[in-house]
Amino acid sequence: MSIKEILAVLFLLSGFFFFLTATLGLLRFPDFYARLHATGKGDTLAVTLCLIGLAVYQGISVNSIKIVFIAVFMFLAQPTATHAISRAAFRCGVLPWTITEGDEQ
Amino acid sequence: MKLFFLVFGVGMCGLVLLCLYRVTWGPTVLNRAAGISAIGTKTLTILLLMGVIYDRVAMFIDISMVYALLNFIGSLVLAKYLEGTGDVSCQ
Repeated sequence: MSIKEILAVLFLLSGFFFFLTATLGLLRFPDFYARLHATGKGDTLAVTLCLIGLAVYQGISVNSIKIVFIAVFMFLAQPTATHAISRAAFRCGVLPWTITEGDEQ
Repeated sequence: MKLFFLVFGVGMCGLVLLCLYRVTWGPTVLNRAAGISAIGTKTLTILLLMGVIYDRVAMFIDISMVYALLNFIGSLVLAKYLEGTGDVSCQ
């Protein structure tokens, strides 16, 4: 294996780890805001790492420049979409999950 | 190397199936929107992996670029629509 392939494998495996943690957070967290917190940040980092790994595997060409462009776009767009969804939830009146002592709920 | 990309893509498909739980049985519409956004992000990576596996990267890059734009615009439109409907249908 060349050093290019080793770098690509490392980037892709770290991206897969963050995808896994984001999915577990989406499944296991108790609240809508907590789930959005897990996916909004974890998916952004994971997709950026995966796309950088694929761009490294392609070498320097037009394709890798396009892949880096997609990564930059996702890095800007994914937090914006997450913020829009959470703002819609807040304006609809979804309350955050809290623990208060002495409360039955 | 092709085998690694193939196994990686199968693992990503498993993560998409896990996210599909939140889309199907999510308690509210907003949980489903979060799940759809997560699935779209994973699908973009799977499309690029398919391009690398099939040696047709130049075609699949354009498809995944359009998919990223559609995912972003779809999330924004869904958020704006749910913001306008009020609190009854969101809960």
